[in-house]
Amino acid sequence: MLGEHAVFIIAAFAASVVVLGLLTLWTVLDGRAVRRRLAELEARGIRRRSAGGDAS
Amino acid sequence: MALMDLANPTRFLALSGRVLPWLSGTAIVIVAVGLVLAFRAPADYQQGETVRIMYIHVPFAWLAMLGYTLLALSSLGILVWRHPLADVAHKTMAPIGACFAFLCLVTGSLWGRPMWGTYWVWDARLTSMLVLLLLYLGLLALRSAIEDPNQAGRAAAVLSLVGFINVPIVKFSVDWWNTLHQPASVFRMGGSTIDPSMLWPLMICAIGFTLVMFALHMAAMRTEILRRRLRVLEARAAAEAAYA
Repeated sequence: MLGEHAVFIIAAFAASVVVLGLLTLWTVLDGRAVRRRLAELEARGIRRRSAGGDAS
Repeated sequence: MALMDLANPTRFLALSGRVLPWLSGTAIVIVAVGLVLAFRAPADYQQGETVRIMYIHVPFAWLAMLGYTLLALSSLGILVWRHPLADVAHKTMAPIGACFAFLCLVTGSLWGRPMWGTYWVWDARLTSMLVLLLLYLGLLALRSAIEDPNQAGRAAAVLSLVGFINVPIVKFSVDWWNTLHQPASVFRMGGSTIDPSMLWPLMICAIGFTLVMFALHMAAMRTEILRRRLRVLEARAAAEAAYA
């Protein structure tokens, strides 16, 4: 289906899936970690003086 | 609402919180449609099936350059207006742009091996794209090497502006020098030389990946704003603990 150079085509798409997948995963996990630490501090009563529920 | 009002971090969080899910969903749908069309497009008369790589390689190259252009613009925001959101935008774009530059080089090499008979040549286009990747990596290294975030932001902004000279070099390298890499075939004087049956899937893939980049950037910016708030709160918590 992809001809004699299939291995190069598959490798190019696989590399793209891996790199963009890892970038997305890192972005999501990093965001969750920061939100979790913020929630922990807020639970201890430490919050921004100007906080108005915007840290969604 | 004035544009500068939107550049307020709190307003940005509120607005991006509403936009991001739609942006991400649209990006995924458009990329999926683009890739389906890319695999249904006819094989190239010279490249054969290997032309499928072009539907990702070309958008990655454009986005690597667009990402660096956005870095240069946000550098102006850092140095001229000293806007905190410009620094957030700058810091979070560097790793995303680096990924696209890396993917451009990898997919280009994987296309080059069957088409040119080699993974790499020190051709002006390939070399200038490698320099672009190194500039991205240099920015990441510079930020992590300087402890003071404000100083790191200003140093990275200066490096970005100096390095921006490489973006037109990447774009016009195929015109200025005799290169193995083919000349521009989409954005050129006289119009595209690509048949519409291939051009449309390419453009749809390019739009889709551009939205992917913007969605990732928006998500990373939201996290970075929250991280800066977290840093302030942690410092306050540490100060309160010290006085207790």
